[in-house]
Amino acid sequence: MPHASTGEVMHWLEAVPDPEIPVLSVVDLGVVREVGWDGDTCVVTITPTYSGCPAMREISQDIARTLAGHGVPQVRVETRLAPAWTTDWMSERGRQALTRYGIAAPAERAIDVSGISRRIARPAVACPHCGSADTRLVSNFSSTSCKALYRCSACREPFDYFKTH
Amino acid sequence: MDKALFDYLLRLGDGNLVLAQRLIAWTGHGPILEEDLALTNTALDLLGQARMWLTLAGEVEGAGRDEDALAYLRDAPQFLNPLLVERPNGNYADTMARQFFYDVWHYFLLQRLAQSSDERVAAIAAKSIKEVAYHVRRSSDLVVRLGDGTDESHARMQAAVDDAWRFTGELFTDDDVDREMAGRGIGCELGSLREPWLVHVREVLDEATLRLPDETQAFHAAQRGGRQGRHTEDLGYLLAEMQHLPRAYPGATW
Repeated sequence: MPHASTGEVMHWLEAVPDPEIPVLSVVDLGVVREVGWDGDTCVVTITPTYSGCPAMREISQDIARTLAGHGVPQVRVETRLAPAWTTDWMSERGRQALTRYGIAAPAERAIDVSGISRRIARPAVACPHCGSADTRLVSNFSSTSCKALYRCSACREPFDYFKTH
Repeated sequence: MDKALFDYLLRLGDGNLVLAQRLIAWTGHGPILEEDLALTNTALDLLGQARMWLTLAGEVEGAGRDEDALAYLRDAPQFLNPLLVERPNGNYADTMARQFFYDVWHYFLLQRLAQSSDERVAAIAAKSIKEVAYHVRRSSDLVVRLGDGTDESHARMQAAVDDAWRFTGELFTDDDVDREMAGRGIGCELGSLREPWLVHVREVLDEATLRLPDETQAFHAAQRGGRQGRHTEDLGYLLAEMQHLPRAYPGATW
């Protein structure tokens, strides 16, 4: 039986949601790095977002289940650490879906790890509810590893920000 | 087996694992909700990193031990974390002083390990440092807020800094394992991290209106040895709690 093309497999994977932020697919999140075939086994290479992210195991299982639903007989999910995942890999479609969902998308390029000065300027994060740029960081840690907690000074609503990584 | 590399990886993994275990005791007890979330998220990052280091250590050892066997089935003398991380949580200032000193050291160490000649070590370090950059910014901010806060918070933060300080010398004391790892380009000499560490620590303590403790207080021989398996009594209690379930119910699965 001929294999599905890697492009086709990638398209199927766009239906696999991130378990914690279901409006984002694992493809839009940049977690799926590569799709290939090893004989009759479809090999999907993923990279973890945060080291301790508990969603990774579920993502692997969801990928296998989704591909099985498309008739792929055998699936192997491999993990690759390098290069490390970055929010730069998030797709434009993913960014828009996040904002519609009420989570502000990463406001700048990947986190700069070259220094730890406390005087680094904070990114301007627009409120996903009212669009105001008059927002305030409450905490760099929030309900999941990947998010920071902000409050909008204009509409007074708190919101999550998908922090750059 | 590459014994030096195995020990080196255990040191990296155990430091994170023990600190993560300490931090999760704050779950539901943080002084405010945001702090509760921040500490538990930090613990989760450290735990995730510990899993990668211990998994790699198990592969290097080649004796069939995985991350769980190494985390749950070793006794205190086989743990190679620095003493600083097994210090009790104390009050919130104690927890933050311990975290701050560790985070800054962790950051500079990972910066060097990301250049490791061993690509597995470099990959874990490059992944970890992005998380640790957030840790160190947060603990630095907290030290400033508490130090430059009320008279009460200032006094407690200074006492906490003075106390945790005594255990920082170990973070910069090299032994044969460290020197071998540095020589092979896998690790780095810990002594070389002290200068950049001090620069950042001094900057933050200055801003926090806190006094940098006396240098000599950090290097007493009684306050090191964890990285060689000589621990304080506190580690035993921590392990008893952490390891209870897999030891009482061998092979239990989630």
